[in-house]
Amino acid sequence: MSERIIDPASKGWATSWYEASARARIDGLLDAGSFREVIGPEQRRMSPHLPLFDLPRAFDDGMIVGSGRLDGKAVLVAAQEGRFMGGAFGEVHGAKLVGLLRAALVLKPEAVLILFDTGGVRLQEANAGETAIAEVMRAITQVRSAGVPVIGLIGGRAGAYGGGGLIAATCSRLVVSEGGRISVSGPEVIETNKGAEEFDSRDRALVWRTMGGKHRRLTGGADAYADDTVQAFRRAALDLIGRAPAFDLATLEAEQKRLEERMARFGDCRDATEIWGRLGVNDPEAVPALTTAAFETLLASLGETTHDAR
Amino acid sequence: MTRANTTLPEILSALFPEGHSVTVEDGLVSGEGPFRGGRLAVIGIDGDTALGVDGACRLAADVLDVVRRGDGTPILVAIDSDSQRMSRRDELLGLNEYLAHLAKTLLLADAHGHPTVGLIYGHSAAGAFIATALATRVLVGLPGANPSVMDLPSVARVTKLPLDRLEAMAKDTPVFAPGLDNMVRTGAVEAVLDPDRPLAEQIAAVIDALPVEDTRDRAGRERGGRPVAETIAAQVIRDMRLG
Repeated sequence: MSERIIDPASKGWATSWYEASARARIDGLLDAGSFREVIGPEQRRMSPHLPLFDLPRAFDDGMIVGSGRLDGKAVLVAAQEGRFMGGAFGEVHGAKLVGLLRAALVLKPEAVLILFDTGGVRLQEANAGETAIAEVMRAITQVRSAGVPVIGLIGGRAGAYGGGGLIAATCSRLVVSEGGRISVSGPEVIETNKGAEEFDSRDRALVWRTMGGKHRRLTGGADAYADDTVQAFRRAALDLIGRAPAFDLATLEAEQKRLEERMARFGDCRDATEIWGRLGVNDPEAVPALTTAAFETLLASLGETTHDAR
Repeated sequence: MTRANTTLPEILSALFPEGHSVTVEDGLVSGEGPFRGGRLAVIGIDGDTALGVDGACRLAADVLDVVRRGDGTPILVAIDSDSQRMSRRDELLGLNEYLAHLAKTLLLADAHGHPTVGLIYGHSAAGAFIATALATRVLVGLPGANPSVMDLPSVARVTKLPLDRLEAMAKDTPVFAPGLDNMVRTGAVEAVLDPDRPLAEQIAAVIDALPVEDTRDRAGRERGGRPVAETIAAQVIRDMRLG
């Protein structure tokens, strides 16, 4: 039993996913009081490496894993804390997620939920983080092959960058909010390596258009779009558990086709607004300001953004 | 070490003395050759080439072709790449999906009974490394290979630590420093091959000794490069219960 961090009476379900801590997200996402953490902060399994860099550690290394219930369904959950080291994958952080996925192979829950909030690999533990990401991706495909859906939820301040973006695209289904960016190279990384002409990281509108939740949902990079509330993420996760694609040759052949078609159709586009225009959006410039309801209406009118090819 | 890196043509002629159909186009390696009475499929990246959406898609298509054949042909993933291609276009098109897709095709091939072996003979980094060599069942390296997540000057910039201090730390801290030996100690690279012994025999031996499970965290503990990962993962499995 964990203490309820969100008080539904005072804050209601309108608690912002983006603003919430990883623990508050888990707490609001799952059935009240159902979360049972494994290797909790009281065990102080901290990074053995950060002291070398004179950096502070977290008792949970920025990764919270455990089990709980989602509308009565038994689920395993992992949540990254983006406010600690940008949610980056270090040795302990990554190993907790690897362990969770391996436990799922044994326990066969009704779903595994991964609450992403990460800048990618933690550079101070880069080799351990990168290897853990590879282990996580292998484990996710095994869990999916065993018939357990793996649902990614992306709406934290650190987004899902670097290896986090690759793990996300290995999941069965993804929920994303407007604030949930998904990308491999971050804006600053592209600018540092290729110059501001290639990507101006200070142009926040460009960042959202290129990597943000609306663009990913419109182009099939995510399967559901959620308001920035814990309740909306809960509803979307529940919906996606019931319709997760298998991990098999047919799915990957369909994904191959989907990704080839995307390249053929949009490969010469310079900006997301061009892609949205080609998708059939009448007023692409208006998309960033659309409310969730208006965006959902737009999605329904396009009719081709939902697929089983992941 | 002053030994020159083994080149892709050297690797291919060592693997396939009778000839092969492996070609390199835009740095993307693809083809196959006769191997132990059957075939060995090869995909890869050559010439320190960055992996973008186009390349990942082409390599994934090659892997799926092998899987569709369904004859258990082993797949060698030969890598001398840059990192992921860093560009606005690649991210606009969803590079994370393309790289993950390539990794998934390799993981699917493995699940379908195709032994997958990574061979790093040059550089590789970050997303390109995860999408290719690190998505195989077992990864081996040749001396002179230089996998990294990020080079030390970049690490110095991000961590705001002086480069000379990082270089000193790198000598006995395998968890963050670039290089093949550190990736071996982390468990990501299973073994370094001997360039003076026949390569085909060594690859055949690797295929014959494929680990059944993902043993990279155990290797990391035994070799000291990832001291706690295996223990943490095992404890999670042990303590987890469905509520």
